[in-house]
Amino acid sequence: MTFLHFSILFPFLFAVFVPFLYKKFRSIHTGWFVLLVPVLLLIFFLTQLPVTANEQTAISTIDWIPSLGIQFTVYLDGLSFLFSLLITGIGSLVTLYSIFYLDQKKEKLNSFYVFFLLFMGSMLGVVLSDNMVVLYTFWELTSISSFLLIGYWHHRKESTYGAQKSMIITVFGGLCMLGGMILLYLITNTFSIRETILQADHILQHPFMLPALILFLLGAFTKSAQFPFYIWLPDAMEAPTPVSAYLHSATMVKAGIYLVARFTPVFGPAPEWFWIVTLAGLFTMFWASFHAIRQTDLKGILAFSTVSQLGLVMSLIGAGSLAFQFDSIEKNVSIVAITAAIFHLFNHATFKGSLFMAAGIVDHETGTRDIRRLGGLMSIMPITFTVSLFGAFSMAGLPPFNGFLSKEMFFSGMLSLLELNTFHLETWAILFPVLAWVGSIFTFLYSVLIVFKTFGGKLQLEKLPKRPHEAPFGMLVPPVILAVMVLLIGLFPGLVAKSIIEPAAASIYPALYDFHGEFPVHISIWHGFTIELLLTAGVIVLGIAGYIFLPKWKAVYQLFPYKLSLNAAYNNLFKMTGRASRNITRSYMTGYLRDYLAYLFVFFILLAGGVMAYKGAFSFHPAESAPIGIYEVILAAVMIAGSVTIVFSRSRLTAIIALGAVGYTVSLFFIFFRAPDLALTQLIIETVSVALFLLCFYHLPKLQKQERPPGLKIRNLLIAFGVGAIVTIIALSANSQRAGETISEYFLKNSYKLAGGKNVVNVILVDFRGFDTMFEITVLGIAALGIFSMVKLRKSKEGER
Amino acid sequence: MFEWVMGLSLVIVAISTLMYFYRLVKGPTVPDRIISLDAIGINLIGITAIFSIVMNTDAFLEVILLLGVLAFIGTVAFSKFLEKGEIIENDRDK
Repeated sequence: MTFLHFSILFPFLFAVFVPFLYKKFRSIHTGWFVLLVPVLLLIFFLTQLPVTANEQTAISTIDWIPSLGIQFTVYLDGLSFLFSLLITGIGSLVTLYSIFYLDQKKEKLNSFYVFFLLFMGSMLGVVLSDNMVVLYTFWELTSISSFLLIGYWHHRKESTYGAQKSMIITVFGGLCMLGGMILLYLITNTFSIRETILQADHILQHPFMLPALILFLLGAFTKSAQFPFYIWLPDAMEAPTPVSAYLHSATMVKAGIYLVARFTPVFGPAPEWFWIVTLAGLFTMFWASFHAIRQTDLKGILAFSTVSQLGLVMSLIGAGSLAFQFDSIEKNVSIVAITAAIFHLFNHATFKGSLFMAAGIVDHETGTRDIRRLGGLMSIMPITFTVSLFGAFSMAGLPPFNGFLSKEMFFSGMLSLLELNTFHLETWAILFPVLAWVGSIFTFLYSVLIVFKTFGGKLQLEKLPKRPHEAPFGMLVPPVILAVMVLLIGLFPGLVAKSIIEPAAASIYPALYDFHGEFPVHISIWHGFTIELLLTAGVIVLGIAGYIFLPKWKAVYQLFPYKLSLNAAYNNLFKMTGRASRNITRSYMTGYLRDYLAYLFVFFILLAGGVMAYKGAFSFHPAESAPIGIYEVILAAVMIAGSVTIVFSRSRLTAIIALGAVGYTVSLFFIFFRAPDLALTQLIIETVSVALFLLCFYHLPKLQKQERPPGLKIRNLLIAFGVGAIVTIIALSANSQRAGETISEYFLKNSYKLAGGKNVVNVILVDFRGFDTMFEITVLGIAALGIFSMVKLRKSKEGER
Repeated sequence: MFEWVMGLSLVIVAISTLMYFYRLVKGPTVPDRIISLDAIGINLIGITAIFSIVMNTDAFLEVILLLGVLAFIGTVAFSKFLEKGEIIENDRDK
């Protein structure tokens, strides 16, 4: 156990103490204590920077369930370092922001920070775990803590709806991912991701490869809100804004991206991986950016833009997987895609975090997030406006912000696909840059929308619930820090390129990197007149045009009514599965005992009869049976007559007497087959039970003709006949296929010698097999006590005697 | 000869049991059925006795005694049931 382990467990441990701190120090905002956790972790991870920057890795293992090959292995390479930095860095800023955002008196701060720390720890666990089972454990913990955080204001209906929806979708994906991990384990016999990567060639030829790949992608796509699983993210905006900023822009939604990046060395060479990841990502990017424009809620726009940006990153990772098709890293055109993915991932966390925080400030200071009611806040909230402007322009991909660099690299990554001819790319390749470009135009549009609908235009004071003013200083610090980073990285990309981005990109291609030793990461603000620059110019021109003429073409969105949306499909799916299962249950849970008995017996007939028929088990050898005497025939005739009388009797008394007659005949059979003890017992028991039947009979009404559905008699007749026939067949077959000797010889020989009794039946009952007798006695005792209590104890109502 | 006589008597008793059984099934009143059941019980005693002779065993003598007792008790119980509507009366006077 090293400090790496401790860094994961630290938030969990600290979460235990949060309620105590909350109770003990009422006057101090609990967030100040919590702030300690991410800041300390951030400092710790920054000290690891030299390790990963030099392409080194750190690893440390604790045994968890060694017999199953499950070790809690923490592995720090470039990729996990980048994510850890995002988690702790943005985590610190969001904690600081939440201190000013959440009211100390009105909110239940203790539960908020417990959930928050729980989430932080599990997210660190996801990105640092090397063992897949541990990864899955932390993965589900992020789902659960995110569920708790989204439903933080649990008295609101929308919050619980959003929490439930995100829970169902992400847990569905998590379980799929677990399936993929188990399949991978079956192929490689290890849960370790590093060892799995080493066996990549073997995996790619395995028949389980494709199911495992699809299951992994289901897990990643649900978590990272890709099409069509993005629908939970807009509903998760009911969470407090710090949660939206942290979980739904910087960390949790990137867990899927992390998973895809982490498993690219395993599945990357497969064409299915490239096609699914790239196309799903690009389509998500286009679809979500298109739909972001119709939103009227600030956080709604940001949610759709997050989905769109995640799609962008996803498509870049997919395009980057083509790098495996090349031998040399120097001429590798796809390598730019993976660098762009990592770079944009980093940039997105910075500008989206600041945008969410700005939206939270607007909400906090004006009381609404509806862009139709907002406007003209530019002069009232100059700092928030500046932050939003930086964030939005970076998101739109404008210089000199960092989004511009990654957007340019995104274009060049997509354009690089045109030059390739693997996987039959030549026919469809043009689709990729076109989708990307159109998506970018919409991205530009909604970015402009966010800023100018909120801060531009006229101030509508009468529509605002509160009188707006600039946010307090502490609330502004975190978004300002992020906005400064947006600008700094935009101007000096070299700050992060070599130290953070390159190791992360290199750890996605460990094999390629090890071989060639040089990973060319070239990020610069000016890279000459290229086709990418032209595309960006086109985006700006068309975006501005689209913004000006927005009221004219907004009618396009009428083409997508609610009925046809994915949300409606999700809700209908829920309603329909609920209704269908209710109907199915109602159709067979009729409440009639006769129906349940019918199921039981029909099932018995089908199962026993089916096995008999399938195995050809029926056999009957009359030669082996004993000869049939005249007495048996007569007795059998009496029994049959008695049984028929029971079935067809009109009065209950006749049925009881006939039942007694059958019982007495049975005892006569016992006599004929030389079983005096049985005969004695049978006679007494039969008499007693007939007397009991008479007792019951006295209290019952006459046997009535019941109203039954037509055909019931025939059904019952068929079932009864079937059961009788099956049992007869089984008995005959069993009798004809005896295997082995009986053990009765032993009892006959030893009953006197060992037990000192001549009555063999009684010796067996009390000596050889006395245990059975003991428990039969117990049964009788319980029955007697039960009858006694049923007669004596009469509770009419709950608790009353 | 002896065996043959025993066999014959068994058959005769069995046929008489069957005829009682016909009464039991047919009725027409409940007392008819009870009487026939009682007679079947006595017939069973006869069958058991003859069968014990045929089998040359004394293991079934208890059965004969028990049948006698039970047939009596059973008939009395049925009769009381018909007469009073219940078999064991509650002492409500106490």
